[in-house]
Amino acid sequence: MTEALLHWGLLAAHALLAVGLALAATRLIRGPRAQDRVLAFDAVYLNAALQIVMFGMRFGESGYLEAALVMTLLGFASSSALAKFLMRGEVIE
Amino acid sequence: MTAAASYLPVLALLPFVVGMLVMFLPRHARNGAAALAGGTALAGVLITALLYPKVTDGAVLRQTWSWLPDIGLELTWRLDGLSWLFTLLVTGIGALVVLYARYYMAAEDPVPRFFSYLLAFMGSMLGLVLSGNLIQLLFFWELTSLLSFLLIGYWHHNENARDGARMALTVTGLGGFLLLVGVLIVGHVVGSFDIDAVIASRDVLMASPLVTPAILCLLAGAFAKSAQFPLHFWLPHAMAAPTPVSAYLHSATMVKAGIYLMMRLWPLMAGNDTWYYVVSLAGLVTFLLGGIAAAFQYDLKGILAYSTISHLGLITLLLGLSTPAAAVAAIFHTLNHATFKASLFMAAGVIDHETGTRDIRRLSGLLRHMPYTGTLAIVAAGAMGGVPLLNGFISKEMFLTETLAFHTGSLLDRLLPLIATLGSAFSVLYSVRFIHQVFFGPEATDLPRKPHEPVSWMRLPIELLVLICLVVGIIPNLSVGPLLRTAVVAVLGPEAPRFHLELWHGFTPAFMLSLVAMALGAGLYFALYRRLANREARDRPWAGRVRARRIFDGIMDGLFAGAGFITRLAGTVRLQPQLFLVVLAAVAAGAAPFAYHALTQAGAGLTLGNRPLTPISVPFVVVWAFGIASAAGAAILAKFHRLAALILTGGAGLAVCLTFVWLSAPDLAVTQLLVEIVTTVLLLLGLRWLPARVASKEDLERAKAAVVVRRGRDLVLALLAGGGMAALALAAMTRPPTGGIAQFFNANALEGGGGRNVVNVILVDFRGFDTMGEITVLAIVALTVFALLRRFRPAREVVGSTRQQRRQDAYDEARADREVGDTARDYLFVPRVVMHLLFPMITLLAIHLFMRGHDEPGGGFAAGVAMAIAFIIQYMARGTRWVEERLRVLPLIWIGLGLLLAAATGLGAWFFGRPFLTSAHGHVHVPLLGELSLASATLFDLGVFSLVIGATVIMLIALAHQSIRSARSGHSAEELEGATSAPGPERTPKLGGEAGGD
Repeated sequence: MTEALLHWGLLAAHALLAVGLALAATRLIRGPRAQDRVLAFDAVYLNAALQIVMFGMRFGESGYLEAALVMTLLGFASSSALAKFLMRGEVIE
Repeated sequence: MTAAASYLPVLALLPFVVGMLVMFLPRHARNGAAALAGGTALAGVLITALLYPKVTDGAVLRQTWSWLPDIGLELTWRLDGLSWLFTLLVTGIGALVVLYARYYMAAEDPVPRFFSYLLAFMGSMLGLVLSGNLIQLLFFWELTSLLSFLLIGYWHHNENARDGARMALTVTGLGGFLLLVGVLIVGHVVGSFDIDAVIASRDVLMASPLVTPAILCLLAGAFAKSAQFPLHFWLPHAMAAPTPVSAYLHSATMVKAGIYLMMRLWPLMAGNDTWYYVVSLAGLVTFLLGGIAAAFQYDLKGILAYSTISHLGLITLLLGLSTPAAAVAAIFHTLNHATFKASLFMAAGVIDHETGTRDIRRLSGLLRHMPYTGTLAIVAAGAMGGVPLLNGFISKEMFLTETLAFHTGSLLDRLLPLIATLGSAFSVLYSVRFIHQVFFGPEATDLPRKPHEPVSWMRLPIELLVLICLVVGIIPNLSVGPLLRTAVVAVLGPEAPRFHLELWHGFTPAFMLSLVAMALGAGLYFALYRRLANREARDRPWAGRVRARRIFDGIMDGLFAGAGFITRLAGTVRLQPQLFLVVLAAVAAGAAPFAYHALTQAGAGLTLGNRPLTPISVPFVVVWAFGIASAAGAAILAKFHRLAALILTGGAGLAVCLTFVWLSAPDLAVTQLLVEIVTTVLLLLGLRWLPARVASKEDLERAKAAVVVRRGRDLVLALLAGGGMAALALAAMTRPPTGGIAQFFNANALEGGGGRNVVNVILVDFRGFDTMGEITVLAIVALTVFALLRRFRPAREVVGSTRQQRRQDAYDEARADREVGDTARDYLFVPRVVMHLLFPMITLLAIHLFMRGHDEPGGGFAAGVAMAIAFIIQYMARGTRWVEERLRVLPLIWIGLGLLLAAATGLGAWFFGRPFLTSAHGHVHVPLLGELSLASATLFDLGVFSLVIGATVIMLIALAHQSIRSARSGHSAEELEGATSAPGPERTPKLGGEAGGD
């Protein structure tokens, strides 16, 4: 019972994450403004990190958590660089 | 035997060594340079003289240095009688020319350069005649062409010299190329490039079907070098060289290189019909044409140049007749010609030096001003014309005897004595003209300088050479007989004909012909005297070197125009056409085998394998749909909306990362993620300095038909390329994988490298040398970026503060309670705190990635990039100045440290007697941490880590510093905008421009 629950639950979670990715991706591609794109970009990154964790959980692999760690810890660097660029016109002053 | 043979390379290479030394002498060290050069030449003469006993009676002195024995390439130094004769010529006349040049060259000329070129030429000529291997001979052959170019163009401010040098190099270089082809054919047929082996294989070569092309190519090379018709036209133009060069190269040595080659190959090829016809005809035509041309020249050196061409034609003709006695005559005349021609050139140089002109129409009556030089010149010219008691007479006699003795019954055979006499008549004509018009007659009136005798040292070489002419002319058998015999035996073998050089053979038919020639020549001279002495006479009223020069120039212009046409057609300055061509070539190359297969055999060439396909996984498909959409979107937006394109590229990169995770490559995923982040920041740093690309009116209008067609063409090609790659990938993936190296690495990573992370073990252990090369390249790139950015001058529109900065600063200034910069500080308040706190955290992550690299995903590179991101974040939060005041950022030291560590780790293996970069691994018990599995490759990884941090940080801060520099410069874009005239097109307020939004 727990097995079936786990299996279908994880599958559903993964599918929902995929839907989330698709929605964020739409915003990323359609824009219309740069700020929309940056926020969508950040959302996509977080979604991807969660997908990796989900992947690890589904297939019992723990090696991928490194990638998720890097994404969550350092992924914000690119988002904040983009945000700073939009705010001030340059990244490092 | 060996001791003597070891002098051969010394003989050839010493001039090069001394030449290098002389090159570094100061500009005005005339005596020093001349002394060194003369000393080298005299040493050469001495060595040559001492080696004489070793080459008599057909003995050969050899020394071989093994180089690439597998393909028959060996450095062989070979001295036989013929080489000995040429060596003596080169060194002896070289010594005399050096002495002459010392007094000829003006004080302003950079004399050391001249002498070093001369020495290098002497070395290459010696190398040519001392080569025992055809390829080696070719190498020195080309060297002589090159040095002749340098020497002719010595006075490079003179346009004639430059043109002459270029023409000489082109013609002799072309000949050298054809010679290479000929040598390769001969080597292929015979099976070896060694000269002794080649000459012994006469039957093999004669029987081969390739014999005619081989002979023709070899002869083309020889004719180009020895100025035979039709490749003779470069020699008169080479007279723009200083006279010592003309005396040495273009009369005595370099032009004889072709003759030497023909003599060397004479035992191999004489008797062959092609050889007979081509060589004899070329020689005959050259002999006649050269003589006629020489008669009408008005430049003294021009007369001598054409005379050289004519005499070389004579020698060539003799070699072409293919009888042993003719070969003897050819060798003898080579020797004689060298002596009298060199002395005549030197005399012409003296006349030029003392009177200031070489124009024969202006010179007259010089004998009373230069009695000694005049007498010497008269004797030498007599040798040139074939006057008895001089060496020229004896070799002319031999020549005429051979033409009379030659009987094959053909038309050529009957005409030969006739044409020979005619040619000799012309040589008498120009010799008489040379002497009569220059030295006799009324005194000249408008010479630039007052003529007088030259320095006696300058006359000495001429005296010595003329003395040789006299001695050889009067007592030939005693003086030069043995030497000639040695050379003849070397060429013709022990069955060489016995000859006896005598002053007087009696009233032979040859003697009669000589008398006829002399009478004819003198008569023609006096008949044409009025025309020849005429001041306004032009040289060669009819066909002349002017036409050859024009043909040559025409060919060269045509070549350049053709090259320009092809460049305009296929090459372009813009990127898109080049990219189109590259992709087109790739698609064509990829599709060619399949198309060929489809055409020649039935059925498609590309088939899928039979591995079962994996089931489709919806999330994976979604990820890839996202990736494809991002990539396509980035490409579409890249032209005008760079920031949007950058963000979408990040999205595409993310899709790739997820794919790596999906396909079980965690190490690659981590690395890709880190690199994505750094690249985004780097590109943003650069984007700030790019002026916005605004869509102009034409871009917004409907595209013209031509543009639509072009875009359609590009789309079709892109689809073909992408689709083709996809099909290939599918076909490859549906087949079972072949063995390959993956199995090896997977099996041996743990035992061989001590790590479970195969990727990392490959990078730092199995392929450690490769990685070392790569980090060196990374270091070089980083340093180059840094160096280039120091001189970076941004475009006018982006210098100064950005639009947002200006707006925010204006807002702050307008309010009394706010300072400039408050808005930025407010915005960054929260992120700043987080970023500061994250610095030690990210450092910990970097160390974590580094330590676990060998067994788990991670490694030095990933750790280095993570650490670099930590630094970037601080720069972002607080700005360059604040960070550099508080943190010691020393990227250059880190780069150097990284390289040193990596190299030291590799070198450490040497201490244990192992090859470079061998790594060791084992289990070590550390007190607190327990049992650790360590490998020395970790140190190498540490080097990589340090270098990656240094390289990444230096590239980023090089760009960051630009902002400080720009702010310091004080101009704002606003001020500059006001300064420019008309307002630009309205910025399109569309989707996210460079600085869109508030």
